[in-house]
Amino acid sequence: MQRSFILSSLSLLLLLLGWHSLAVYQQSPTLPTPVVVIEVLIAEIQSGDLWHHLSATLYRLFISFSIAMSLGCGIGILLGRYQNWDYFFDNWLIIFLNIPALVTIILCYVWFGLTETAAILAVVINKLPNVIVTIREGTRALDKSLLDMAKCYQFGKFKTLQHVILPQLHPFMMAATRSGLALIWKIVLVVEMLGRSEGMGYQLHLFFQLFDVASILAYTLAFIAVMQSIELLLLKPLDRTVKRWQK
Amino acid sequence: MSHLSINITDKSYSQQPLKQVIKNLQLDLYNHEFVCLVGKSGCGKTTLLNILAGLDDDYTGHISLDNTHNPKIGYVFQNPNLLPWRTVTENIQLAAKPDAKTLAFLLANMGLSAEKDSYPEHLSLGMQRRVSIIRAFANQPDLLLMDEPFVSLDSPTARQVRQLLIDLWQQRPHKVLFVTHDLREAITLADRLIFLDSQPMAILADVKVSLAREQRQQDSQIDSFKQRLFIDYPQIKHLL
Repeated sequence: MQRSFILSSLSLLLLLLGWHSLAVYQQSPTLPTPVVVIEVLIAEIQSGDLWHHLSATLYRLFISFSIAMSLGCGIGILLGRYQNWDYFFDNWLIIFLNIPALVTIILCYVWFGLTETAAILAVVINKLPNVIVTIREGTRALDKSLLDMAKCYQFGKFKTLQHVILPQLHPFMMAATRSGLALIWKIVLVVEMLGRSEGMGYQLHLFFQLFDVASILAYTLAFIAVMQSIELLLLKPLDRTVKRWQK
Repeated sequence: MSHLSINITDKSYSQQPLKQVIKNLQLDLYNHEFVCLVGKSGCGKTTLLNILAGLDDDYTGHISLDNTHNPKIGYVFQNPNLLPWRTVTENIQLAAKPDAKTLAFLLANMGLSAEKDSYPEHLSLGMQRRVSIIRAFANQPDLLLMDEPFVSLDSPTARQVRQLLIDLWQQRPHKVLFVTHDLREAITLADRLIFLDSQPMAILADVKVSLAREQRQQDSQIDSFKQRLFIDYPQIKHLL
């Protein structure tokens, strides 16, 4: 525990040091030093701008993630459990998996207008197939002997889902959650860049036009910090609670 | 009179080449019989138990237990099949609804009182097996299926669990179908022994165990019964 902390702090320090030396050596406005970036970050926090845009993005992230995960888990379990549904919808899944994110975003905006609903729909459509595929694989790998046990002792559908199926799907759900969060926020930024007037994506686009690299990096840092806290404060403890039965 | 009738005309696995496991098997259990199935591994005993438990309906034939469609079944599987993410007590209570007293009694008699809140993966295989036996008992089944339930128990524990099984069965009579390789175990427990041949499964001999329950405590009685069995039923010699 101690050693891992020292090593990870060291590596982080090394990264910052490398960045700093490179910036000092280059002396270019397109590569500010870490200190400058932190100063910008503090200024943005104090002005309230950062929070305004960050919260808009986090809100979209939360809504689209919740919809994609709950729909994806439901459909994934269905396809994993019932062969015929899987045969029928497999093609759809492959098509949706392969549509570029940009295409769905553009189409959603064209068809439904530059609205919040269109933006969230675009993100959901991009994420949903991934969740379905992951959960479907998990469902296919369910332990048949435990399902037999549940059937023999007449658990019924709901009890089977709660006590037999979902605990087995937990690792797959965590995988979908982690890869999902990483994927979704990137898509949210594109969605915001193309058709929203607040949020991280919108701000980054603005900074790009001004060539304001320090602000771009400041926003990036803020976002990484938020995502790391979600991992540390939410996902890791959840993992530990759910896995307490393991050897 | 209570009656379990098993009539399976065909059970095959659709692998290539087609493998017929059971053909024209007819077996009847009356009242509260304790029946042991003895046969080589791979002869389809587990397949038969799965059909009886309602886990496999891909067969031709007919099973009926007192003409009820939904008999209560206790099944001690070959593997413990416990939910690893639920404690010992939760595993039992999810499958059966024993009152607190019964549960405590069963746990104590199986030597598991101290482990009632443990997770299965923290227990030895023998302990996990005992939990799965409690689960089956606690369900108060009309039909108790046991698939070599005592294999990974040490012999004192196995003897104790066998005794508990007989006690519980006598307290609350129900049908028991018990699969084993161990002829001595079968003679100790059963009212009837069914010897099975394999591929497809066929009944070689259907033998009533004429020993009184008290006589079965003595090894000499079991041995002499075994001797007579070989003489009376030469067709089962290759099984043993």
